[in-house]
Amino acid sequence: MNYFNSLTFGILLSCSVSGFVVNALPSEAVEQITPLNKQQKAKLIHLVKQDCGSCHGLTLKGGLGPSLLPADLINKPEYFLTLTILNGRPGTAMPPWKDILSEQEAQWIAQQLIKGIEDAQQ
Amino acid sequence: MHNNKLYFLSGLTALLFTFGCQQTVNKPMLAKKVANTATTELRATGDLGLVIERASGQIQIVDHSDKASLAQISGLGDLSHASIVYSRDQRFGYVFGRDGGLTKVDLLTNKIAKRVMQSGNSIGGAISQDGKLVAVSNYTPGGVKIFDTETLALVADIPATELPNHPRNKDGSIKRSKVVGLVDAPGQKFVFSLFDSHEIWVADLSEDEIKINKYTDIGLNPYDALISPDGRYYIAGLFGENGMALLDLWAQEDGVKRILDGYGKGNKKLPVYKMPHLEGWAMAGNFAYVPAVGFHKVLIIDTQTWQQVGEIDVHGQPVFVMAQPDNRKIWVNFAFPLNDTIQVIDSKTQQLIKTLTPGPGVLHMEFTPRGENVWMSVRDSNEIQIYNTENFELLKKLPAASPSGIFFTNRAHQIGL
Ligand code: HEC
Repeated sequence: MNYFNSLTFGILLSCSVSGFVVNALPSEAVEQITPLNKQQKAKLIHLVKQDCGSCHGLTLKGGLGPSLLPADLINKPEYFLTLTILNGRPGTAMPPWKDILSEQEAQWIAQQLIKGIEDAQQ
Repeated sequence: MHNNKLYFLSGLTALLFTFGCQQTVNKPMLAKKVANTATTELRATGDLGLVIERASGQIQIVDHSDKASLAQISGLGDLSHASIVYSRDQRFGYVFGRDGGLTKVDLLTNKIAKRVMQSGNSIGGAISQDGKLVAVSNYTPGGVKIFDTETLALVADIPATELPNHPRNKDGSIKRSKVVGLVDAPGQKFVFSLFDSHEIWVADLSEDEIKINKYTDIGLNPYDALISPDGRYYIAGLFGENGMALLDLWAQEDGVKRILDGYGKGNKKLPVYKMPHLEGWAMAGNFAYVPAVGFHKVLIIDTQTWQQVGEIDVHGQPVFVMAQPDNRKIWVNFAFPLNDTIQVIDSKTQQLIKTLTPGPGVLHMEFTPRGENVWMSVRDSNEIQIYNTENFELLKKLPAASPSGIFFTNRAHQIGL
C-alpha cells in the first residue's frame, strides 16, 4: 500500500510541476481533435492486446506488468492512467509511449481499460 | 486424409513416369511416403515440433521434415508468452501458459494427456536432467513449483523472496518476487533469477531434501537468463542497469560476477517496449552474442575474459539473438515497433549480411536440428515462414493463428532448453 501511495504521490507531484502535461489532457482540449475512427480504434485494440499484452498479458490479466482489468483499476483516475501510458513509470519496466501514441490515443486506451477492453470495439 | 495422400502419391508416381529419370531426387521422399501410408499408426517424434497459436489458445503439431502441420490441439488456456519443454522420449510437450496452466501434450495421439492449473500467472519452465521433474517459474504468486513429469503431481514448492514494501496481493498476502530465467543444470539442478529481489537461486534436487543456494545483489532486475550448452555458465540479463550477471556453476563458491557493466555508456537508453529473451546461447568460437537492452545493438562478449569486445549496430532493439546450430550465422529479431524485420550476422566476419522483412510481428525463430532451415512465426499475417538458412530463400508458408513460439522436439536433449 505504502509503495503505491508514494508512487501516486510522486507522479501527481511531477504533474503539478510540469502543469502543461495535465492541461493538455482535459476533455475540452481533446474535443477539438477529430474523434478516432473505427479503423484507428481497431488498431489501438490490437496494440493493447499484442504489444501492451507482452507485459500485461494478452488478456491483460497481468504478467511482468500488473493486471489492467477494470476491477484492478478501480480508484485510479483516467488522467492518471493516461499519464502512466504516455510517460511510463521511470524506474520500472513500464515504458513511455508518447513517441508512439498521441495524448488522444492514450486517453482513449485509458478509457477502454477502465471500461474493459473486451467491449472496446463498439 | 488417408485417401488424399494416396491420390497425391499416385499423381506423383505418374509424374515420375512422365518425366523420366532426372527426377531421381524425389525417390527417397516417395519411399518414405509409401512407408507412412502403409502404417498410418506409426510415427516418430524426433522431427516434430509444437507451435503456439497465442490468440486462440491452441497449439499445432508440425513436422519439420515435411514442413507440414499435422494436428491442432485446443483447450490450453491463455498462451500469450507460452513456452515448451519436452520429455526425454520426445513424446510429450509440457506447455507453460500465461494463466498458470501446465499442460502435457501427447505428440503421438494429438491429445492433451494432462493439465493442471498451478498458479495465477506463469512465465516459463524447465525439465530436470533425469527427465522426471518439470519446474515452472511463476509471477503470481512468485516462486517455482516442481511437478512429476509423469503425473503432474506437485513435488516441491519454492516460494520466492517476500517484498514487504510492495503493494499486497488482492487476497492481502505479501507479494513475492517474480521468477524468470528458469533453466535446468547438470546435477539435477534448476537455476533461476528473481526479478524484484535481484537474486539468482540454484536449487539442487539430487537428494530428498532440496538444497537452495541463494546469491543476492546480483544486479538490478534480472529479466531473463540462459545457460551455456555444457551447463556451466548461467547468465542473467539485467533490466534495471546495463550489464549481465554471470554464475560459473563449476565454481559456485566464487559467487555471481557482474559482466558487461556499463555497455552503452554515454548513450541514452531507449524506451523498452518488449523485454529481450535470452534463450539458447548465440556463441561462435570464443564469442557470445547478446541483446543490448534499450539500444539498437547486439553486443559481442569474449567468453574467455567475459569482456565486451565489440558491438554490432542493428535495425532495432533485439529480442532474440540466436545462433543457428552450426554457429555460422546469428539471427536477430526486434522489439515493437520494428518487429517486422530479421537481420542475420555472419559470425566469421561479425558483419550484418542480410535483412529480411517477413512482416509485422516476427515473434520467434526455431532452427531445424542441423540448421538447414529456420522457421519464423509471423503473428500479424497469421503464418509461419520457413527459410533456407544458406541462401535465405523463403521455402514455404504455413497458416497459424497469431503464432508465437515454435519449439522442435530436439530441445529434449539440450541442457537449458
Ligand atoms: C515492457 C513491459 C511493459 C509494456 C510493454 C507495457 N507495460 Fe504498462 N506497466 C508495466 C509495468 C512493470 C507496470 C507497473 C509499474 C509500477 O511498478 O508502478 C506497468 C503499469 C501500467 C499501468 C498502471 C497500472 C496501475 O495499476 O497503476 C498502466 C495503465 C499501463 N501499464 C498501461 C500500459 C499500456 C496501455 C501499454 C501498451 C501501450 C503498456 N502498459 C505496455 C510494464 C509494461
